[in-house]
Amino acid sequence: MRSSECDVVIVGVGGQGVILISDVIGRAAVKAGKPVRGAETHGMAQRGGSVVNHTRIGCSLSPLVALGSADVLLALEPAEALRFCQFLSPDGVVLVNTRPVLPITVTTGKASYPSMDEILQPLRQLCKEVLTIDATTLAKQAGTEQAMNVVMLGALSRFIPLEEELLLEALAEVVPSKYLSANRKAFALGKTEVESGRQM
Amino acid sequence: MREYLLGNAAIARGLMEAGVGLAAGYPGTPSSEIIETLVNLKGERPMHIEWSVNEKVALEVAIGASWTGTRAAATMKHVGLNVAADPFMTLAYLGVGAGLVVISADDPYCHSSQNEQDSRRYAQFASIPCLDPADPQEAKEMAAFGFELSEKFDMPVMLRPTTRVSHARADVELKAASGGSGKRRSSKFIKNPAHRVALPVHARPLHSELIRKQGAIEEALLTAQWNRLALRGDLGVIASGIAGLYAEEAIRDLDLDVSILRVGTYPAPSRMICELLENVKSVLVVEELEPVLEETVERLARRVKPDVEILGKGEYIPREGELDLLTVRNALARMSGIPQKPAPAHVAGIDKILPPRPPALCPGCSHRATYYAMRKAFGRKAVYPSDIGCYTMAVGMGTVDTCLCMGASITLGSGIRFGGEAEGICCSLGDSTFLHGGMTGLLNAAYNKARITVTILDNSTTAMTGHQPHPGTGVTATGEPTVRISLEAISKALGAGLVETVDPYDLEAAVESFERARDYPGLSVVIARQACVIRARRSGGARRRFAVSEDECAGCRICVDFGCPAIEFQDEKARINALCAGCGVCARICPSAAIREVAR
Repeated sequence: MRSSECDVVIVGVGGQGVILISDVIGRAAVKAGKPVRGAETHGMAQRGGSVVNHTRIGCSLSPLVALGSADVLLALEPAEALRFCQFLSPDGVVLVNTRPVLPITVTTGKASYPSMDEILQPLRQLCKEVLTIDATTLAKQAGTEQAMNVVMLGALSRFIPLEEELLLEALAEVVPSKYLSANRKAFALGKTEVESGRQM
Repeated sequence: MREYLLGNAAIARGLMEAGVGLAAGYPGTPSSEIIETLVNLKGERPMHIEWSVNEKVALEVAIGASWTGTRAAATMKHVGLNVAADPFMTLAYLGVGAGLVVISADDPYCHSSQNEQDSRRYAQFASIPCLDPADPQEAKEMAAFGFELSEKFDMPVMLRPTTRVSHARADVELKAASGGSGKRRSSKFIKNPAHRVALPVHARPLHSELIRKQGAIEEALLTAQWNRLALRGDLGVIASGIAGLYAEEAIRDLDLDVSILRVGTYPAPSRMICELLENVKSVLVVEELEPVLEETVERLARRVKPDVEILGKGEYIPREGELDLLTVRNALARMSGIPQKPAPAHVAGIDKILPPRPPALCPGCSHRATYYAMRKAFGRKAVYPSDIGCYTMAVGMGTVDTCLCMGASITLGSGIRFGGEAEGICCSLGDSTFLHGGMTGLLNAAYNKARITVTILDNSTTAMTGHQPHPGTGVTATGEPTVRISLEAISKALGAGLVETVDPYDLEAAVESFERARDYPGLSVVIARQACVIRARRSGGARRRFAVSEDECAGCRICVDFGCPAIEFQDEKARINALCAGCGVCARICPSAAIREVAR
């Protein structure tokens, strides 16, 4: 018997706003009366390094998602999707922001960044569905590139058992009020992108 | 009322609900947010909250408050308890006034630490109770309960969260914070030499008393809600703290009928352990890091059931790193004789195509410039003892040869000199680290005539742990202005012969300063002062912009090797990306003068 309703692993690069996504989900889950657990990266790993966040909706046990059991892998950066693909359940879904953030090993020419195909091919073999989203561009359309994480949250909203109103209510609690309308727009763009992407 | 809370925020809530009157700590991952949350919750309450100079100081301040009748807490990371070990060990003899909770946050897997020691061992060593929470809710309840326990047995109590409790989030049920001035028995220090003065004549009977109390503590903890026994089958699991969550989840996942005892308090509940042992033929002990619980189980089994099979550290449960569901699930499956679940296979070839993304110094970080100048002056053969902070990440620059513990750069450097090393020795440590544990080392280096250079990387904050203030910043934990300590004056007072201050962004001047320090026939100190770029960015202010003139770039890669994430290299030319903080150091190191400031 599984111990959670939905397991989400959110990955990215320090500074991209991974924790905000988990905070919104957690607050929305509390509003929905569901237990929720999460685990986040602080300290040394944040300085431009990879960050990974575990968020488990409808769970009152371990804060960590087990390897091979994430229902959704939400990647704010494409290479990070591949780095943490071991968390994916074979029935899982990956949502990938297609905009790379080059690590210092690449900018200094010590390593090279893989092509989008090299990233997406293995992901497709590992799980049920891979959806790509140009979240950075959509965030710009919404008014601020900073809202890339909220575009991804909007996309994620189609895959988690939490009502949209509750997510938006929680979003309003964590985003400064002067950026709220841009963030709501970002959320909507992310959601629509997934809906139209899936129809194709 | 339920809230989605970080474990450390939950601990702060627990302290508030119990009416804590004083909290003192030194920042350290994963413990830092406890003090920060308390500052946010404080409001108008007449509490004292401080960032102390180090953990020993924090604990001693907390002890003083406790002896004056105020409930007090000291917060630190696990290695901080090493620094505070001196007062910690003797405090167990002397006892408390009002309740005192020592919070030592462990970091299995060294997410952000230099080792993964198990604080439960320290509690055992000092003969005091230890509370091992499984999640933020338990951590909150235990923080409050710790005061009661401390007052009941007249001794400090340890709360030991781990990274996956302190930095976990969960829906936490909250009560109203105590509105009062903290639980006070009095506001007066009550003189009682027999319990406050650790002379041998007092310590001997106090030690006997401490040993005598142990049975009663265990008895009192037996009924604590965090010790839970469920008898179901002839296989058993005993799990401590967060390991209990993994065990419960694994049992559900495997649909097993096994008996389980979850332990949340130390000394561990012997009677419950014995009851479980009497009902099983095999038992698996699940705990992170040291076999603290397992040793107790083994000891009790010898008495009540010598033939019971005890499985644990080594073959079943690793002694290093942190646990996860899969590890615990497989240990349980193995004990039950059912197939284990392999970890998902590594997708072939991923490692080859994935570029590593190590944490690095920020774009524009002044430590990079300081190290560049230091290396230019001291050269490849010099020895570079370093320390604990963001700057340890500069290990690739060749200027971090050691990292042991807070402040050890200076003392190691002294020992390296006295050990016979003839090359230049240039130590480096941050401002907060210097004030924490470097000052005594500098004094010792001066007194014992160590011919070394000490560099204080002064970014005027405690950057690595989230920008906490310290005595060099002129601000307290609660944001009040206070005396601002001069690093120059301290260095001179401690006996350094040459003390210079440089702006590392002014690279030529910095190199010259390091050269003078290198040639100085005694103890020299270079203070490299420039604000942390993260703080500078947050406080606004215009950033300069730089660009590479493509025609003039010779493709020599000197700027690329400088290692700033804002400098990229493509098609044999350097390029400056949007991460640039505008420090301008790359423009100074470019031999072709191809990097220039441009209009924003």
